[in-house]
Amino acid sequence: MFEDHLKVVTLIQEAGEVIGRKKLQKMVYIAKKLNFPFQEKYQFHFYGPYSEELTLKIEELCNMGYIHEVKEKVSGYSQYRYAVNEEGQKLLSTYGAEIELLGDCVRSMNEQSSRFLELVSTIMYFDKFDADEIKEKVQTVKAKQKYTEEEMDEAFAYISNLKNRVQ
Amino acid sequence: MAKPLGKLHEEKVFKDPVHRYIHVRDELIWRLIGTREFQRLRRIRQLGTTYLTFHGAEHSRFSHSLGVYEITRRIIDIFQEKQTWDPEQRLLVLSAALLHDVGHGPFSHSFEKVFGVDHEEFSRDIILGDTEVNSVLLQMGEDFPKQVAEVIAKTHPDKLIVSLISSQIDADRMDYLLRDAYFTGVSYGNFDIERILRVMRPTEDGVVIKSSGMHAVEDYIMSRYQMYWQVYFHPVTRSAEVILSKILHRAKELYETGYTFKRELSHFKTLFEGSVSLEDYISLDEGVIHYYFQGWMDEEDPILSDLCIRFIDRKLFKYTEMVSFTDGHLLSAYFQEAGINPKYYLVVDSSSDLPYDFYRPGEKEERLPINLLKPNGEIRELSRESDVVEAISGKRRTDHKLYFPMDLIEGIKDESLKTKIKEILHK
Repeated sequence: MFEDHLKVVTLIQEAGEVIGRKKLQKMVYIAKKLNFPFQEKYQFHFYGPYSEELTLKIEELCNMGYIHEVKEKVSGYSQYRYAVNEEGQKLLSTYGAEIELLGDCVRSMNEQSSRFLELVSTIMYFDKFDADEIKEKVQTVKAKQKYTEEEMDEAFAYISNLKNRVQ
Repeated sequence: MAKPLGKLHEEKVFKDPVHRYIHVRDELIWRLIGTREFQRLRRIRQLGTTYLTFHGAEHSRFSHSLGVYEITRRIIDIFQEKQTWDPEQRLLVLSAALLHDVGHGPFSHSFEKVFGVDHEEFSRDIILGDTEVNSVLLQMGEDFPKQVAEVIAKTHPDKLIVSLISSQIDADRMDYLLRDAYFTGVSYGNFDIERILRVMRPTEDGVVIKSSGMHAVEDYIMSRYQMYWQVYFHPVTRSAEVILSKILHRAKELYETGYTFKRELSHFKTLFEGSVSLEDYISLDEGVIHYYFQGWMDEEDPILSDLCIRFIDRKLFKYTEMVSFTDGHLLSAYFQEAGINPKYYLVVDSSSDLPYDFYRPGEKEERLPINLLKPNGEIRELSRESDVVEAISGKRRTDHKLYFPMDLIEGIKDESLKTKIKEILHK
């Protein structure tokens, strides 16, 4: 009955620590797009794909005492860090199940910047379009982020890399 | 290409209990309303299973869509006099307002979860695919359907027109709060929409509200807060939703394991197989779903049959506050021992709402704020001016419930097992 919550705990555990709510949102979205079994519904918001359901689950997991959330001030804005605490570790060892190949992808994503994952997830959101159209969409909906052509090529290459890892 | 659609010879009106009249002056809008994809919305309730709690909640997505169109039309009428408003965008915004929910299916929330379909994708497909809606939109230009789809998907570059339909104070929310309050019969969803419309002002980054209208906006935010907890997240409605979702899960599981259904599964087959086409999707409505559920009441499978009887005859699950992970797993084991499948009869459901949030300078949050326009031209975020809104800003309220069939628990013959289950549920 808590299967979907456990998957989120598993993802955070695989990452070790995730810094930033936006980053965590994008990591789950990208994992979902790679066909890992995440069920959270995503919609396109001002910072790319965003899931209210995931926000709720993370809050529940913090309230239940399985995820440790730390709020800190970094150069003028608030930032949140997430890690699985001792109770969460016990929970995973009792009820958790490994999600094959997830760890490798999650650790790789966690090494990327939040800005880059925002770009990657936005590209994946528009995956029904061809590459040129996607680039045009990114330049339109993410005009303020001013992504360069190189960054976009890097993001496409990164998506291919992730897809290869799960094949 | 055919000549772009113009004005109707004479204005058409729809009588509406919320806005009194819906006014249609454009041939484009009139033709869109007449399409089969839009008419289908008459057969989909706006509030899904809420009618099982509030019997008046029988209104459809058709009437809500007309309502959103009408509010948007009134806003544009006010904006027409302002320099920041581009009159050429008028039909684009009106079409997007009218069609914003066109991809919704019956009981969308459960269908999307179980079958992995997405109403927003179907909205886009209906607007861009081989449909009556698309052929009407195309008469306004080759690029017009794409632009309408982008406004609905919130990916259109013009933030102002997107914000009219999707923001913290938009035509969609204003209509559904008033309409849902009217049809459920509750008294707390009301606010002074005329006043809000009169104080809305267009800017490049979205709509702002003249500060003299702040109290009307406060009332709107509080209405929204009340409606979510009194109507949308009502625990009985959620019980019906839980059962509905379990019916779909069970039917899908039976199909995948080769079970032979008594009734031909023509509408559900492609959903079960994950290959639903646009035409399959458009053919679904609540009448179709009820037809299947009534048939499945007589199925050999006891779980599917029981769940359908519960849904159709309103024999819903009872609920309690959320239990811990450990108790939850203990309950699952006890249910299993008692011969009650916990996968279908023990369900956690969570609801959460953030009535209003603001974009804190420097913080990376997702919501755009409601901004007030002061007489000196200064822009101030709403919660910085309003104590009432400040008190609830950024405060998420959540509710977790555990749903179970009390009648089946009462029927457990092993008294000690029954006691152990009840002890956990009544903790």
